[in-house]
Amino acid sequence: MQQIVNFILKNSNRLLFLLLLVISLSLTIQSHSYHKSKVISSANFFTGGIYERVNNINEYFNLKSQNEELAMENARLKSLLFNQKDTTKLPEIDSIKGVKKTDIIVSKVIHNSYSVFENYLTINNGSSSGIKRNMGVINSAGIVGIVDNTSPNYATVISILNVKSQINAKIKKSNHFGSLVWNGKSTGFVQLIDVPRLAGVRKGDTIVTGGQSIIFPENIGIGTIDKVYIEEDTNFYVIQVKLFNDMTNLGHVYILKNKDADEITKLENQNKKNE
Amino acid sequence: MNSALLGNIARFILLLFAQVLIFNRIDLFGFINPFPYILFIILFPVNGNKTGLLAASFFLGLLMDMFCNSGGVHAAACITLAYFRPAIFKFSFGLSYEYQTVKLNDVLTPERFSFLLIAVVLHHSIMFLLEVFKLSFLWEILWRTFLSTIFTLITCIIIIYIIKPSKR
Repeated sequence: MQQIVNFILKNSNRLLFLLLLVISLSLTIQSHSYHKSKVISSANFFTGGIYERVNNINEYFNLKSQNEELAMENARLKSLLFNQKDTTKLPEIDSIKGVKKTDIIVSKVIHNSYSVFENYLTINNGSSSGIKRNMGVINSAGIVGIVDNTSPNYATVISILNVKSQINAKIKKSNHFGSLVWNGKSTGFVQLIDVPRLAGVRKGDTIVTGGQSIIFPENIGIGTIDKVYIEEDTNFYVIQVKLFNDMTNLGHVYILKNKDADEITKLENQNKKNE
Repeated sequence: MNSALLGNIARFILLLFAQVLIFNRIDLFGFINPFPYILFIILFPVNGNKTGLLAASFFLGLLMDMFCNSGGVHAAACITLAYFRPAIFKFSFGLSYEYQTVKLNDVLTPERFSFLLIAVVLHHSIMFLLEVFKLSFLWEILWRTFLSTIFTLITCIIIIYIIKPSKR
């Protein structure tokens, strides 16, 4: 007994180091598995508050470009409104066609990272505005990411520029599905993988969200095809997609709240239970 | 004694905020950021309380992780640096470093430079290795570690020169 106490006293620093190392490694590993980063995130009052204060100052430098973006969107929506001939026909534009079953929450990006492999955004609305995990985030140009952690007033968003992110997407013209991932190289491009060789792809074709998930409605713009490769092992296409969005400069975003999400997840969980 | 403690606390807060508000936003060439917040661990008094240093660096890393949404990457790198600091001291300044009055924030000598270099390399390689646990990114990681190490080293030396207490 004496020896054990002596051992602990003598090696207290080493033991403390090992303990702390184990804690931080487990936090690291936990954060690497998708949607498990619950403990340490910038969606809390301390870091969120600081980021919000800094962003209040930063915003002034982007006012012009933000205004232009909003004006462009206004113009597009106006033209849609005026050109609508038939009331029974739904408007053609992507961002409106899909969102009938969804509520939209407006929020603002207060912190944006794009320089590492796993990028997150912090937005200044949280669970008190009805934001929950796994909601889709878009802006006027296209998709931005998926909500990860929430606190009462803030939420973190897994950016599409995150090697963990995987989003169902399709080629607009031919309706062939694939998964949208990021290879960590350039902030302007993402990759659409697992597209079957049957699909007719051409440079400049539009890529939109696929609508097989409850996170994003169908036909929200993502980008255009820049280059097409064939993966040698699997014989699937790998498509380099040029994003509509400039992910390095994000202001206002819309969070999509699917009204049927609860119903669908409940149904799916029921199936799992029956198996 | 008390003034040393207060100095350390002030350094902790100042470096953390400088890191989050200034250095995390540099993004040179799109992805290179320096991490001079580890100066807190490097400049901690040589004969200071080791347990205290371990605990403080753990919290420093954890706070950085909160700001960067990076899990426990910074925390792991910081405590490793704090734990191996005496060994690096021994390597750079010789066996009897504890009895000499090693002052780091002073004119740059080869010993001080080698200490800084080893400390920064150790911290950065652990951090970048943990950040992406995938071997497919190996070259990318090595390249980023290399560039970031140089950048951090330069920033650290500049900061040391700026905050150097002017004698004479």
